[in-house]
Amino acid sequence: MTVLVLMEGSDASRQALTLARKFGDPRALRMDAIQPFAPEAIAAALAHAADELNASAVFAAGTERGNEVMARLAARTRLPFAANCIAATPGDPVAVTRVRWGGSLLEEARLHGPRSLITVAPHTVPADSGPAPAEMEIGPPAAADLLVQVSGHVAPANGGVSLATAKVVVSGGRGVGSKEGFAIIEELAGLLGAAVGCSRAVTSAGWRPHTDQVGQTGTKVAPEVYIACGISGATQHMAGLKGAKRIVAINSDPQAPLMLNADYTVTGDLKEIVPAISAEVRKHR
Amino acid sequence: MRIAACIKRVPITGGRILLTEDARAINTQHLGFTMSPHEECGVEEAVRLIEANKGDSVVLTLGPPEAVDQLRDAMALGIDRAIHLQTDGQEWDGESTASALLEAIRADEAANGPFDIIFFGNESADSGGFQVGIRVAYGLGRPCVTGLKKVTLEGSSVRCEQEVDGGRDVYVVPLPAVLTVKEGLNLPRYPSVPGKMRARSKPVAVSDPSRPAPRLELVTLAVPAGQGRRAESLGSGVTAAPAVVEVLRKAGVL
Repeated sequence: MTVLVLMEGSDASRQALTLARKFGDPRALRMDAIQPFAPEAIAAALAHAADELNASAVFAAGTERGNEVMARLAARTRLPFAANCIAATPGDPVAVTRVRWGGSLLEEARLHGPRSLITVAPHTVPADSGPAPAEMEIGPPAAADLLVQVSGHVAPANGGVSLATAKVVVSGGRGVGSKEGFAIIEELAGLLGAAVGCSRAVTSAGWRPHTDQVGQTGTKVAPEVYIACGISGATQHMAGLKGAKRIVAINSDPQAPLMLNADYTVTGDLKEIVPAISAEVRKHR
Repeated sequence: MRIAACIKRVPITGGRILLTEDARAINTQHLGFTMSPHEECGVEEAVRLIEANKGDSVVLTLGPPEAVDQLRDAMALGIDRAIHLQTDGQEWDGESTASALLEAIRADEAANGPFDIIFFGNESADSGGFQVGIRVAYGLGRPCVTGLKKVTLEGSSVRCEQEVDGGRDVYVVPLPAVLTVKEGLNLPRYPSVPGKMRARSKPVAVSDPSRPAPRLELVTLAVPAGQGRRAESLGSGVTAAPAVVEVLRKAGVL
């Protein structure tokens, strides 16, 4: 049995490849085979390669692009598609476990179809060190499949520390109280060379731009330390914290969900505690 | 100009998710509901486009009878009318949802002309299938651009900015098009009181499509085991500050 894997050259792709090996002998098709990126053309190439190989399944990483291209493949070939799986077992039907609510729930599901289309949620399956699969050549794309193609790029607007890659994130929630209240969060972040984050309540109130939002519909962060100030810890927010190594929660309510899901907690008024931490950091410099 | 926005009713989950006894759904007994966050931005964008260009805006949903609340919410923001594909509350997979929406959109377009833009959320907050908008676009034979943070009309085309690592990719596609959007596209307005009043009398067309056997079939749901965090108290108030700094120092970030 042969299977096809859409490879992006990331850890997430190697994880998808690892799961694919359970289903058969993998062949690879590269996401960057067509430049600039043209998702329909890649989906068309996948459809063609899968037919040529008579592939029983097609896998990709559950990245934005992986999910997009696989959904296009599903639409094009009228097949069901299971996005963001963390496990899959061959059979008829195929059994999959997939994430919902940005990882706050797991779903056991059955995938019925002549060819299984599966993406693998990043950072959920350990990658094996098996051999790299042979790569499929692709033919020139049809003009109709190049209607949707990247034609330009806009550089990120803020020159500050990138939230997604920051080593430290200092984040504020509704408890910060106002737009102006973020001055003490920014001060501490500045001292630590950290990125400023916030919860969805804060962006909805217009206190911070959406680019600062951490969570299921914002940015997913993976810092060494995440300092959450006045954030209750709704599942929407926690979905963005799964990669954080250490979480320090500062909240006046010791029963707030984030206080129960943190590594370290400080109970009290963040308006006093955050400046006190800044003062203490200054002593260390 | 004609614009449609497709939305989904989802529970506001709060801090901890509880499941029903059969573990096939979230126990929503004590929860409120909303539309998925990405879709709210699609609705806001539709309202802005019609405010600027005049025309007709429609909100569609597939969901239980109570989903009319989310349709009214969208109309309170300024959408003109609604199409409600009513279900009995059972889970519909992305493939079936897309084909029911496609049929409803085709019927509306046959009567009123094509939509210039149909907005979807990039993925729903709950099931996160990442496919309904794309499937509808294929059904209509229209270009689809996904994950958008900015949408600008340029004559008979639309310029789209998609968030990627290290900035945004730009696509320009001809209208009519299907666009899937993400939160951050805009800051949705709060509904005004007159807006809510007007929404009550705006038309909602109801139909009840039959649910095909799902090919992505939900069996059960489970709350994943915690990440094993054991919260250690560093104390309370300003006296805890040195302990916080010690955590930073031990983590090697100070």
